Amino acid sequence: MRQRISYRLCFPLALALIILLPSSAFAHVERGQAIGFITGFRHPWSGLDHVLAMIAVGIWGAQLGNPAMWLLPVTFPMVMSMGAFMGLLGIPLPGTEIGIALSAILLGAMVHGEVRPKLIVAAVLVGFFAVFHGHAHGTELPPGESGLLYSMGFVIATGCLHGVGIAIGLVHRWPAGKLALRGAGAFIAFMGVVFLWRALA
Amino acid sequence: MNWNNKYQSILPGLVVAIAVLCWPSSASAHLVTTGMGPVYDGIGHLLLTPEDFVPVLAISLYAGLRGAAAGRRTMFLLPLAWFAGGLAGSMVGIVPAIPTPALSFLVVGVLVAADLRMPANAVSALAVVIGLVHGFFNGAALKEGAGTLGLLGIMVMLFVLVALASAFVVSLKTPWMRIAVRVAGSWIASSGLLLLGWSLR
Repeated sequence: MRQRISYRLCFPLALALIILLPSSAFAHVERGQAIGFITGFRHPWSGLDHVLAMIAVGIWGAQLGNPAMWLLPVTFPMVMSMGAFMGLLGIPLPGTEIGIALSAILLGAMVHGEVRPKLIVAAVLVGFFAVFHGHAHGTELPPGESGLLYSMGFVIATGCLHGVGIAIGLVHRWPAGKLALRGAGAFIAFMGVVFLWRALA
Repeated sequence: MNWNNKYQSILPGLVVAIAVLCWPSSASAHLVTTGMGPVYDGIGHLLLTPEDFVPVLAISLYAGLRGAAAGRRTMFLLPLAWFAGGLAGSMVGIVPAIPTPALSFLVVGVLVAADLRMPANAVSALAVVIGLVHGFFNGAALKEGAGTLGLLGIMVMLFVLVALASAFVVSLKTPWMRIAVRVAGSWIASSGLLLLGWSLR
């Protein structure tokens, strides 16, 4: 009986396999737009200096707890987009690379030391450095991409990086996790020194 | 036993049916190629145009944050204003060069991110303005295509979208869920600012 069932299923299953073979799917006419979103989404992940700084923001927010945990990741993309706005318009911002390197050093140090300043101080610090990151991104934006989808991909990726940082930072509740976060902070600060060295060299 | 036999006879047909439904064919994702008439063209236009879709989502989130009454008003006013604006746009046909999506993203995104407490009338006024402006541009764009029936399709879809998104936000009870909505607002605002820079570039 069981054999008969399997024979019966052979034909439709084979047919299903043939039909489901991946063929060309011409799902989008406006190919440039899809590329725009993906390019934008990939951009923040492309530089280690940006990645570490944004993850540090998330970790620090998680260490500080509510409301900093959500306020810092909200502040960063909004101020970063202001920096990107300046970069897009060609408004110069001297020392961008140095600012980015310093952001890794200071944010790493904050995470390492579990520093707990007033909320406004933390937000201003994060916002100040976000301008440098945004400016660098703004000047690097490739021409010819779909502005809207690129921007959305870019911002969503930045938010995801903060999310990664917050997720990592949640280990703060355990003593071993606290120690690991402090180590991560030290690593980020050290990398910041390397970035600064490169920027000044 | 009877049930087993019946099941065995249905199964091959079911497998074939699923396979046929999963056939990777060309997706006619754009206005002129939906092939289902102007109403569906309008619906497709709204769902596939992030310049319109995201501001609608943002104003729905904001109305939801402001409560059920604001959500209900927006649910009716936004589609009506959009339709009125669309009719005006289809009559005029000349589109001024204003970065409307960028400004909508920015203004409504900031309101969502800040969870700014505005009177219900002000929320309604904002929905009407957004509807009129975006509808105007839609009307001008659809003049040669889906026309008034397309606008009707958009109107119906707007009603559904606002109802779903606002009701979802109104139903959120835990604070962190509302914070997630605000984070989404900050992302929308950031995208708007980037888009504004892009359009002024």
